[in-house]
Formats: sequence, C-alpha cells, structure tokens
Amino acid sequence: MATEKYYVPESSPWPLAASVGLFLTAVGGANFIQQATDPDTFQGSWGMPLFFVGLATLLFIIAIWWRDTIKESVGGLHSNQLGISYRQGMLWFIFSEVMFFGAFFGALFYTRWLIVPWLGGAGSNAMTHELLWPSFQSMWPLVRTPDGTTTQAMGAWGLPAINTAILLTSSITLTIAHHALLEGKRGRLIAFQGITVLLGIFFLGLQVEEYIHAYTEMGLRLDAGIYGSLFFMLTGFHGAHVTIGTLFLFVTLLRVIKGHFNEENNFAWEAGAWYWHFVDVVWLFLFVVVYWL
Amino acid sequence: MSTAAAHDDHHHHAPTGLKRWLFSTNHKDIGTLYLWFSFAMFLAGGLLAMVIRTELLEPGMQFVDPEFFNQMTTVHGLAMVFGAVMPGFVGLANWMIPLMIGAPDMALPRMNNWSFWILPFAFLILLSSVFMSAFGAGNPAAPNFGWTFYAPLSTEYGPASTDLFILSVHMMGISSIMGAINVIVTVFNLRAPGMTLMKMPLFVWTWLITAFLLIAVMPVLAGAVTMMLTDRHFGTSFFNAAGGGDPVLFQHVFWFFGHPEVYIMILPAFGIISAIIPTFARKPLFGYASMVYATASIALLSFVVWAHHMFTVGMPLAGTLFFMYMTMLISVPTGVKVFNWVATMWRGSMTFELPMKWAIAFVILFTCGGLSGLMLAITPVDFQYHDTYFVVAHFHYVLVSGAVFSMFAAAYYWLPKWSGVMPNKLLGELHFWSSLISVNLLFFPMHFVGLAGMPRRYADYALQFADYNFWISIGGFWFGLSQLLFLAVCVLCAMKKGEKAPARSWEGAEGLEWEVPSPAPFHTYDTPPVVK
Repeated sequence: MATEKYYVPESSPWPLAASVGLFLTAVGGANFIQQATDPDTFQGSWGMPLFFVGLATLLFIIAIWWRDTIKESVGGLHSNQLGISYRQGMLWFIFSEVMFFGAFFGALFYTRWLIVPWLGGAGSNAMTHELLWPSFQSMWPLVRTPDGTTTQAMGAWGLPAINTAILLTSSITLTIAHHALLEGKRGRLIAFQGITVLLGIFFLGLQVEEYIHAYTEMGLRLDAGIYGSLFFMLTGFHGAHVTIGTLFLFVTLLRVIKGHFNEENNFAWEAGAWYWHFVDVVWLFLFVVVYWL
Repeated sequence: MSTAAAHDDHHHHAPTGLKRWLFSTNHKDIGTLYLWFSFAMFLAGGLLAMVIRTELLEPGMQFVDPEFFNQMTTVHGLAMVFGAVMPGFVGLANWMIPLMIGAPDMALPRMNNWSFWILPFAFLILLSSVFMSAFGAGNPAAPNFGWTFYAPLSTEYGPASTDLFILSVHMMGISSIMGAINVIVTVFNLRAPGMTLMKMPLFVWTWLITAFLLIAVMPVLAGAVTMMLTDRHFGTSFFNAAGGGDPVLFQHVFWFFGHPEVYIMILPAFGIISAIIPTFARKPLFGYASMVYATASIALLSFVVWAHHMFTVGMPLAGTLFFMYMTMLISVPTGVKVFNWVATMWRGSMTFELPMKWAIAFVILFTCGGLSGLMLAITPVDFQYHDTYFVVAHFHYVLVSGAVFSMFAAAYYWLPKWSGVMPNKLLGELHFWSSLISVNLLFFPMHFVGLAGMPRRYADYALQFADYNFWISIGGFWFGLSQLLFLAVCVLCAMKKGEKAPARSWEGAEGLEWEVPSPAPFHTYDTPPVVK
C-alpha cells in the first residue's frame, strides 16, 4: 500500500471551457430575467438566446468532461484512493445542498415564528401593528398579507401525501436495486432502478399538477405574499433536485446496462443513490413543515 | 497504446506554454494562478479605496458624486473579500497543503482548476459594471448598496447591475464550495502514511476547518442572493413586510453566512502565523493541541454570533443578550491563540527575518482589532459605535493588518520554496516598514473619528473630522503605494533574480515542505513519504 503510486489526472481543457459556459449562462441569465420580467426598462431580447447558448455549452462540456472521466474509470486508471476521494467529495457536496435548503427553511421558521406574529403585534410590537397595518391578523399559513393579498393554503393530505408515498417507495426500490448491485444481480438491479426512475417522473408529474391547481384554482402564486414565496421556493427547489436526481439515476441506469459498474467500482451509482435519499429526506422535512404543520 | 503507459508518461514532462496554465491539473500552478489573481484583485480593490480616500481627503464634495462614491465603497469591499483575501488563502492552500501532508496534488485536480477559472469570469462581471459606471454608461451602473447588500437597498432600490452581481456571487460560491471540498478531501484522504491528524501542521488544520465553514455557509449566501433575485423579479415577499416578509430577514440570512465568512478570512492566517513564529523562535509551537481545539471552537461559535452585526435592528432583549455573550465567548479561544504565540516566542532564539517581522506585526495589530471587536460586542455601547468609522477601523485592523499581513508573511516565508530564490531583502524591508507605519496612520485615527460619531459610507463629513481624515487619506495613499514594492519583490522572484534558496530556506524551518528542493519540482511526492 505504501508504495502504491498516486493517481494524478492529465491536464484538461474542460474546466476552462465549462467556466466560459458558466459565464455566458450568468450574463445571459441576468439579462434574460430582466428582459422577460421588466420589458419596459430593459429593452432587447438577447438575454434568452445567450442564456440558452451558455447553458447548452456548460452542459455539453460537463458531459464530455465526465465522458473522459468515465473512460479513465472503465480503463482501470482510477485508484481506490481516487474512489474514496470521489465518495468523500460527493458527501460534502450533499452537505452543501443541505445548507442551501437550510437557508430557505430558516427563512420559513423566522417568518412563521417571528415576523408574522410581530406584524400582528406580538411581543413589544403593539405599535408596529397599530401604525403599519392595524387590520392585519397574524396567522399561519399566511393567507391574507398585510397589504391585503389573499390566497389559500395547500393542504397536506391530497397530492402531497401521495407524493410522499411515491418518494418513500422510490427510496425502498432504490435500496433493493442497491443490494442487487452489490450482489451482482443485474436483472433485479435494472428492474428496480427503472421503477425508481419512473417513480421520480411520476412525482414530478404530480407536482406539476399541484402547481397548476395552485395557480389556476387556489390563487396560490409565487407573488401571493410570503406563504406563496416560501411554498414555491422550497417545493420548487426540491422539485429541481428531484429532476436532477432522476436524470442522475437515469444516466447510471444506462451505465448499468452498458456494464460499467460492479461490486467494487460503483462510485457514480452510489453517488446517485445518496443524492436520491437526500432529496427524499428533504421532502419528508418539507412535507411536515410546509404542508402539514 | 496502453493507457497505463500514457499515464506514467505524463509524470515525466511538465506541460509548457499557455496550455500549462489554462488546462492545469497541477496544484502548484493553480496555486500560483490563485495568488496572482488575488494580488491583482488586491490592487484593483485598492484602487477603488484610493478613490474613496481622495474624496474624503477634505470635507465637501470634490472629485466624485455621492452615487459614484457608494459604488466605490461597495465594490471595494466585494473585491477585497471575495477577490483578494479568499482566493489568496486558497492559493496558499493549493501550494502548501499537498506539500505539507506529503500528497502528490489536490485530491480532485481538474475540479481544482475549475474552481480557479470560474473566478476571473465572476469578477469580469462584477468589475465591468464599475468601468461602465466610470465611463458614463448610466448611473448607477455598478452595485451601490454596500458590500453587505442589505435589502431593500439591493432589492427595491438596487441598480440594474444587481442581477449580474447576484449571478457573479453565485459563481464565486460555486468556486469556493468546490475549492473547499477539494481541501477537505485532500486532507482526509491524501495524507502520507504516519501523518496523523494531530501531527498535521496548523496551517493544514486551520484550512481544514475553514473549508468546513465554506461548505456550510456559501450555500446560505447563495440562498440569500436567490431570494434577492426572486424578490426583484418574480414578486416574492421575502424581504417585503407588506407581503408578510421582513427586510431584517435578509440581514439574518446574510450574517449567518457573513460571520463564519469573517473567520474564513482569518483562520488560515492563524495557521500561517503558527508556522512562522516557531521557525524564527526556533522552538516548537507552544500548545499545539490547544491551538487545534481553539480553532475548532472559534469555527463552531461563529455559527451562533451572527446577530451581533444587527444589535440596532430591534431584536428582542433575550436574543440581543444571547448574541452578546456568545460573541464575548469567542475572545477565549482567540486569546488562547495569542498567548500561545507569545509563549512560543518566550525564551526562544529569535531572529527577525522578513516573515517573522510580518508575523509579529500580525500578532500585535490583530490583537488590536480583536480588542475593538470586544468593545463592539457590548450591545449598549454598540448602539453608539454602530455604522461608524469605529467599525471600519475594527474590521480593517483584523482584515488588513490581520489577514493581509498574514498573507505577506506567508509570501515572504514560502517565496523561496515557490521560486527558488530568496525575496529581495532591501525591497522587503522597505515594504514592511512602509506598510506597518502607513497602515496605522490609515486605520488608527478611524477609531477616534468613529467614536466621535463619523458615520461610515458617506461621501462627505462634518468639519470637525477634517484633520483626522486628511491624515487617514495620507496613510491610505502611502499604504497603497507601498504595495508596489511587494509587486516588485514578487516579479523579481518570478524572474529568479536573487540569492539562491536552499531546500530548507530558513534555518529553523520544520515540516515536509522544506524536505523538497527549492523551487519545488513540478511533481512532488509521486510516492508518499513516510512520516515518523
């Protein structure tokens, strides 16, 4: 072990190229948002094409970057040590994602436990209430904002409960697939991973259904006050992560079919599985604090 | 062709030309890129500070309009925090951590290169708005809401470039998170056999903990700017009380990031000083284990002190008291560090080469900044100090004569290892003494004008502050110009002009990095060394 050589990958043009893609995405994205949401102030329409060119560049570069990595991995270049580095790196990445959601959950708790009661006059805020919006009533979910926008609260026991069941089931099917991978049972692995991907797509379909219902029938919108803001940002970012997770599992499913993984060499597969379980746990938390309580 | 042969081949010749830098997977080259980038941003941010000091040289409005002045203070802060200090420390981490733990490179070298190359593009976005502003493309063209970008200044009243600023912050965040993951994984996974955690040099320890802080709080900053973006364009109400949100929520989210961020900018400095003082005192570091525990304590406490930046927003008394006591508690582990450095010097065979001069200046001036921080932590008196030049003096003492001085110390200490030549002594001495005197002329009087009530972030001031401000500006120009001496020192080293450096460049230096030749060869530790 002590004499094993370290593996240092060869130099690569992809990091720089991906930075260019990210740069175009950022410049295009900012202008796209401005031109799309405030066309009076921001003339022109070049933001959108630039954004999509940037995004396509970024995704394309990342794809060929990872293709290179996969080639090296399949070619046997990767050492065990590199595998451990990848695994640790993935876990820390998931931790950073947890903290990102933490910012929005923190905003939810702060709003619910402090801001809204204070606006309603709680604590030493009787005069705040009296002077700013005397007719405002503190409540949660906040279905009537201080400036009078009204909306409805999303109940927990319709679609969200079904979605909870779907995600929980998907975590179980994925675990069955995981065991199949470790035991080398390809048929079962492919079947259960396929079911997991389908469940992910099913979840997303129902969430789209829920959003349409919220927008068209409930008046629950992104701009319907802080409840709508928190609802859509939390469930929306979660949905984005389910999308990424589904794609991740789909790609590793293709790689399973190609025979890239075995009992030992399976980092990408396990990374996708960890990511999926992370997304699942976020949903459970979200179901309790956003929909239920 | 067997891939294994191609792989071996790669170890024997170093890439050359532009490709060497653009496509690099070498921790030393990427470290060099980071360090030059950081220095460029230091000069750019410094230039903006010169504009600020020129306007404040005399009372009244002379050179720029207040709107432009606001953009100068904002971008100065952003460029220094995100462009100069953070990448500077990442550059040092890249260069030194693999050498110090006997690793061949960072654990994920391509991601390492990506972390770097995102930065120039992010700053292209941020700084281009300043140029547009300076050359009259609409006013205000650049962010003008202060480096803390409080809502609603940055949401309802932010200029158009705010959206570009938001996305450039996202890019810096991506870069920092990837860089931090790389550091942690390198430290946990690539240490040479025998290099147990409690044998690691303190620079590695402090960076390990810094990297943890980065991964924990950069995503929170991303959340904050995302909320800004949706408040600005998609009608959300996070920072809008009429919709049930609260502008103060922004401050909570921002400072939950911002306070750990402060320690991100100082913990690696502690590591550097803990490397340099033992070398020139020719004694092992006093209280190594306590240094490790103190660093960890500071990092953990940093998550529960954020609201001390917000004592005047009208928090409940219980909250205010909690944050006051927690903040004061931080002085305990910080005090442990300062006393350990002093105890290391106690009865040591001290010599005062350039790195040691900077390190001692750091210990004294950082302690100054720490003590004014203790004053600021006391809520009732903070009501007087809040948003005055006293605060500006405090954080410039810890960031300029703290973090930046530590980076100068690090540069003079490790330049022989990086370049193979000793830094020029005459220029170095001039740089040190000139910086030391001017930095105090620049920042010390700020305490007085701040205590007397001069508010920060204004383009003009009451007449009674004129004399102090004149001298502050003189100190500022002097300090700014002094840094050109450092540029000269670095260029001379890069051109290999100077006395040749031996492998162990300083007599008392200990550690793996001094076992390899100077300059360190392109690849080091292909096979791990054994640490006893």
